[in-house]
Amino acid sequence: MNRVAAIGGAELLLLWRNRLALFNALILPPAFGLLVGPQLAEAGLDAAGGAALAAAMIGFILAVVVYYNLVSAYVARREELSLKRLRAGTANAAEILAGTASPAVTIALAQSLLTITVVAVTLDLPLPANPLLLAAGLCGGVAMFVVLAAASAIVTRTVEAAQITTMPMLIACFLGAGSFFPLDALPGPVQDVFALLPLAPVIDLITMGWTGTAPLADAVRPLLLLAAWLAAGVLITRQWFRWEPRR
Amino acid sequence: MTQAIEVRDLRRRYGGPRGFEAVKGISFDVARGELFALLGTNGAGKTSTMEIVEGLDRPSAGTVRLLGKDPFKDRAGVRPRIGVMLQDAGFPADLTVAETAKMWSRTLPSPRPVPEALELAGIGHRAGVRVKQLSGGERRRLDLALAVLGRPEVLFLDEPTTGLDPESRQHTWHVIRDLLVSGTTVLLTTHYLDEAQSLADRLAIMNDGTIVTTGTVAQVVGAYPARISFSLEHGSDIPDLPGGPTIARDGGDVVIKTDALQATLGALLRWADDQHVMLHRLDARSASLEEAFLTIAGSDS
Repeated sequence: MNRVAAIGGAELLLLWRNRLALFNALILPPAFGLLVGPQLAEAGLDAAGGAALAAAMIGFILAVVVYYNLVSAYVARREELSLKRLRAGTANAAEILAGTASPAVTIALAQSLLTITVVAVTLDLPLPANPLLLAAGLCGGVAMFVVLAAASAIVTRTVEAAQITTMPMLIACFLGAGSFFPLDALPGPVQDVFALLPLAPVIDLITMGWTGTAPLADAVRPLLLLAAWLAAGVLITRQWFRWEPRR
Repeated sequence: MTQAIEVRDLRRRYGGPRGFEAVKGISFDVARGELFALLGTNGAGKTSTMEIVEGLDRPSAGTVRLLGKDPFKDRAGVRPRIGVMLQDAGFPADLTVAETAKMWSRTLPSPRPVPEALELAGIGHRAGVRVKQLSGGERRRLDLALAVLGRPEVLFLDEPTTGLDPESRQHTWHVIRDLLVSGTTVLLTTHYLDEAQSLADRLAIMNDGTIVTTGTVAQVVGAYPARISFSLEHGSDIPDLPGGPTIARDGGDVVIKTDALQATLGALLRWADDQHVMLHRLDARSASLEEAFLTIAGSDS
């Protein structure tokens, strides 16, 4: 745990000194919220609509702050050979990856809680009915995007290339979450495929956890789907993650 | 007393069963408190060997014991007790020297104070400077500071003075000698033969994945003959000389190799005096590590 904190502390300094990453982590999500939030709130949202709005916002935070930032961070540390140096020390693979992720994870969790608070207060919504389910969706989503970032770093050769290699996942996430247009408008089979994309179970669980209207049995499918994406990311990372640049 | 490092029949093959075999069955021991140097040309297998002993990589065959443990399987038990300086390592460009060392020290069980480690490695005066502003030699010294930060029992140095100016090399040698005095075991690779000759208790010369020769510097060098060279006026014959030398003659140029330098050279000089023969450009020298190394490294090219 000390080692994770040590690596995380250094990474926090590096984030503070990297303007682009800092903008993506601290400015972009609130800006997105300020842009989209008021319009939706004016439309007069009920509890379910408010929960869905918060969930979509959290999805954006996870995709940008956790996923995109971490692909860049893992690739940058690998290419400057500092991952290789860390591998020669006392920290093991999981500690190095978790330590590097810890500032982004902390910021994303803080922003998510802030989002929930702001949405609840402005729309005068009740507290989440099933906070455990909401927390499972949020924390599971964070963990999933950390390992998916590590997996994406495998195919990303430079920090600049991260802008391209993260595209498929980001587009898939926003399409699958219904952030751009309602999924109901799509043909049934396409809807079924979109519902399998990584962000979909996270949004489902957060919405369900907040409203508490769906029967608990309905949560089993998104929980399993989230676990499957998490497991896939872990397996790919364990098998193919590179600690030094290709020669 | 147990050995700090025991390597037995070590092999490392890259890229599957038909891949390139970088290490082809080597064995050596390093006693506690000893400096053992691995020498060899590029591609001889030195760094592959280092990485396996450090536990960064697993052997294809054979066994490695580091402080009595398997360094790959028991990395948690071994790592806190060793220090590693890789041949090519990096640090985040936007951290300062002190921040980098501070981070590293927080991963260690009982580290030296950061300023002490930085001073030891000769980088203390650059503590507040960002890594991206360091010269190549200064990065090597930062790397050395991290390697010694945890008061390691075994220190791995992969070409520690490559890229350093002569003064910095001397400083690094001084640091290594002090660590040896305090009981640290060191496994070193180097391209500089004077470095090995100056620091090593024992050494091994590797070529093409195997250890060609191993022993103390005196033992390795002792296996090679001394060399006398000079140039003769044409027509002169060279007499029979004691010490069983081999004599090669190319026009006026003569090279004599002998295992008994004093006897052979003495007889040669007396003969030249008696016959009033001038030995132009006379040069006589004992075998050096360089000669042993070049003989071995050149044997397959």
